[in-house]
Amino acid sequence: MSLTKYETVIGLEVHVELHTKSKIFCGCSTSFGAAPNSHTCPICLGHPGVLPVLNRQAVEYAMKAAMALNCEIAEWSKFDRKNYFYPDSPKAYQISQYDQPIGQNGWIDIEVDGKTKRIGITRLHLEEDAGKLTHVEGGYASLVDFNRVGTPLVEIVSEPDIRSPEEAKAYLEKLKAIMQYCDVSDVRMEQGSLRCDANISLRPYGQKEFGTKAELKNMNSFRGVQRGLEYEQMRQADVLESGGKVVQETRRWDENQGKTFSMRSKEEAHDYRYFPDPDLVRVHIGEEWKTRVRATIPELPDARQARYVEEYGLSSYDAGVLTASMKLADFFEDSLKYTSDAKASANWIMGELLAYLNANNLEFEDVKITGQGLGEMIQLIEKGTISTKIAKTVFKSMLETGKLPQQIVEEQGLVQISDEGAILSVVDAVIAANPQSVEDFRGGKEKAIGFLVGQIMRETKGKANPGLVNKLLMERLKG
Amino acid sequence: MSISAKDVEHVADLARLDLSDEEKDRFAGQLNAILKYAEKLNELDTDGVEPTSHVLPLANVMREDEVRPSWPIEKVLANAPDEEDGQFKVPAVLE
Repeated sequence: MSLTKYETVIGLEVHVELHTKSKIFCGCSTSFGAAPNSHTCPICLGHPGVLPVLNRQAVEYAMKAAMALNCEIAEWSKFDRKNYFYPDSPKAYQISQYDQPIGQNGWIDIEVDGKTKRIGITRLHLEEDAGKLTHVEGGYASLVDFNRVGTPLVEIVSEPDIRSPEEAKAYLEKLKAIMQYCDVSDVRMEQGSLRCDANISLRPYGQKEFGTKAELKNMNSFRGVQRGLEYEQMRQADVLESGGKVVQETRRWDENQGKTFSMRSKEEAHDYRYFPDPDLVRVHIGEEWKTRVRATIPELPDARQARYVEEYGLSSYDAGVLTASMKLADFFEDSLKYTSDAKASANWIMGELLAYLNANNLEFEDVKITGQGLGEMIQLIEKGTISTKIAKTVFKSMLETGKLPQQIVEEQGLVQISDEGAILSVVDAVIAANPQSVEDFRGGKEKAIGFLVGQIMRETKGKANPGLVNKLLMERLKG
Repeated sequence: MSISAKDVEHVADLARLDLSDEEKDRFAGQLNAILKYAEKLNELDTDGVEPTSHVLPLANVMREDEVRPSWPIEKVLANAPDEEDGQFKVPAVLE
């Protein structure tokens, strides 16, 4: 394995769409999924003579995001034109920020294999999104939808501090969580509101200088980022091992083929000729404005994770999983209004809930269960109304219907049978029907009892209180 | 700093202009004349003067985040060279 000789160096460029109502420089709506070009106007279409006016909310979201990533906030910021020709850009330039980004020199902490590592954030700047191109069948033409043009984006550039595809994935997950907590973006990669490009190079261990990097594009999921980087580090290792040189280029990740391909673009020699946009005046970010925005930042994932460990006695790992998604963490805390057993709640979420989401390829947003439902269900278990086994049925029903547990229990007749007389009659019936098993047990085959318990639970459709069943059955068998 | 025909070729390429050799030479000369004229500014002492990014002494001209009506699709596409399904149709762009 040639990888053992080389250290992987990765830096990520992440674009996050800010969820303002209107575009960054005009009043067109930013909502997703509208008819093509129905959210456009002379400003975002780049008609001559129009004047862009900056959306204050976009600046505040960018400031908030930068602060949450521990960046220094610029006192003076400005916008520059990044010049390039491509049909997705109607002006033939993108309004971006060159040398005075909103934020610089930040960091976030990630956790991989139980170890915490700090990844530097070089900069965070504000810019406008481009349009969307689709290619006509037969490949003779492309169609352009400019609805997305002018949607505010922040580009977040990491330092080349990432050393493995796993770390890259952990970085993205943390970044996504922070943006979600800050409520500046929907951060849905499948809708394109979070996008990621990666720079990756290899160098022999111990070498200080970076190797030649490739820029990786078109990774459409966190998993895709990890797989793309895994493929690329092997490819570069093979090139180096065979005495070749890695070429500096942009490569496209092909999800279906599981490979990266050189893009051989003519624009390879990027020459964007940035210059200050004369249509936009400077932005001054004073202390008062900063203070006001900083006050809107909620408790962030790391702090919340630490609090869960401290306050609820959860393991750091469990607390990390729960707080990786703000909605999941809110759900967990909601449940604690109805039960004081935080560990039980965490266990149900970590076990049944996440297993269900994984098995059905769903997001937490897709299920209907409420915190109240989970909390009350735990109460029902504590009170002995339902067994843990029955609770699994109730839980699944809550995921699918959002109904409260009491209602589900009543509708489906799931109340646990804790009446000794009722259970005893079933116990007796099962003993009478299975003389062989009874004999086996009395002859020393302890295992036979499992079969008998199973029969009793079957007869009662799983509703018999398992503790009582065991107790009564033992009494009968030994008595 | 002096502009060569090669520099002109590069800039023309970025601007998608197809220039003849004669034009490249001619424009190199013209661009050099412009740069030479601008070089006069170097005679000024600008130590301690902050770079100007904008000529207006203004900052923070912003609007509130309010949606305003977009254009009707007919007007949006009025100047499109070609269209299909409400979209601008352009020569194929291949990745």
